[in-house]
Amino acid sequence: MAKSTMLKSSIAKKVAMALSGLFLMLFLAQHFFINMTSVFSPDTFNSISHFMGNNPLVQYVIQPILIVGVIFHFIMGFTLDLKNRNARPVSYVKFDGAANSSWASRNMIISGSVVLAFLGLHFYDFWFPEMIYKYVDVNALEPTRYFHELAEKFESPVRTGLYCFSFLLLSLHLWHGFNSSFQSVGANNKFTKASHKFGYAFAIVIPFGFIFIALFHHFNH
Amino acid sequence: MSAAKNININLKIWRQKNAKAKGSMETYKLDNVSTASSFLEMLDQLNEELVNEKKEPVAFDHDCREGICGMCSLYINGRAHGPDTGTTTCQLHMRKFNDGDTIFIEPWRSKAFPVVKDLVVDRSSFDRIQQAGGFVSVNTSGNTIDANATPINKGDADKSFEAAACIGCGACVATCKNGSAMLFVGAKVSQYALLPQGKVEATERVLNMVRQMDEEGFGNCTNTGACEVECPKGISLENIARMNREYLSASLKG
Repeated sequence: MAKSTMLKSSIAKKVAMALSGLFLMLFLAQHFFINMTSVFSPDTFNSISHFMGNNPLVQYVIQPILIVGVIFHFIMGFTLDLKNRNARPVSYVKFDGAANSSWASRNMIISGSVVLAFLGLHFYDFWFPEMIYKYVDVNALEPTRYFHELAEKFESPVRTGLYCFSFLLLSLHLWHGFNSSFQSVGANNKFTKASHKFGYAFAIVIPFGFIFIALFHHFNH
Repeated sequence: MSAAKNININLKIWRQKNAKAKGSMETYKLDNVSTASSFLEMLDQLNEELVNEKKEPVAFDHDCREGICGMCSLYINGRAHGPDTGTTTCQLHMRKFNDGDTIFIEPWRSKAFPVVKDLVVDRSSFDRIQQAGGFVSVNTSGNTIDANATPINKGDADKSFEAAACIGCGACVATCKNGSAMLFVGAKVSQYALLPQGKVEATERVLNMVRQMDEEGFGNCTNTGACEVECPKGISLENIARMNREYLSASLKG
């Protein structure tokens, strides 16, 4: 079989979607742990942020891979959703999806779209200003600026609310996405029960941890 | 079990003259339906009334009426094969409904299952997937080896048998929000992949069956698990994961 045919197959697309999702979840976990340091130690947060923002490997290798991964995941998600809609040209008059599946599993496109919109806001808040600061204005390195920039953003109740809402949708996305990605790559075995439990814990701890961080800075600074 | 009684129901049924006609939901009132009758017997009762009134009876698929042939279908009140789990429509009984209920009855909805008439859909796309690789080639020239002569691990034999229980009714496609056929194809791939007799053609089988599945226009599986819940034979999602593994492994070999 030609490899090009294989890559166009429904299963290859599922696997690609799952692998990009797993990669993004790894990124999410490390982002969470870094942000959590801002609650306990502004100095530690500044040190790690300075390292991440100035390390050539992170900036010029990992960051581009991450951006490609994000774009790929969203484009593939919308493409698959469109194909799936075409697979049922006439809808049911009565469809009781709740009888056999979770809301989170049936509405990944909705939760994913909210997360995408959130990423737009998040980039506007942090990534674009950071890029302008470093590469357009070419400012001098200031290793202690990161904590203040973070705390400042969460002064606004609207922004804090939008972040919290987005994290709730992220939680729903992960609730299905974590376990679904393992099933897609063919991992359904004696470890599945345990990995499901871990997946549900991940879907709660990470997004609600982010909510805690946002609320902490909103009410403490 | 409570004694049978008669109930009066309202039916909203998809009527469509032929594959090209535009269909619509029609409403019927049906009185004196015994709760001891099956769902298909209730439709027989409706059809008798329609024939007596010189009206076109409702076309629907059925054959064995014992839950084993996979011929009956019907999307009842928003669920494939109706409100029961692990049951085909022919094994669904009217005792599951109450007096005065309104029951919605629609055909399977899928691009790959076009409506032929009323509630009858064309499921030959499943046949074509089977023909693409859902078989084991056996030399029948007199040298056939008895299948029991080949030792098979009990666990694999059980899993293969469970996968082989798929009757190809299409409830998995009908209930999946994406119209995906992966539970059906996963079962058919697994049934052979688990047995030594099936391993010989395993690579071509999974590649050809998945290619055919994609060509038929089925959607992509997003692992909602709805198919597993509604499958009248309890086919497990494990079969989809196995198919994914088989496909990836075959793609790298092929």
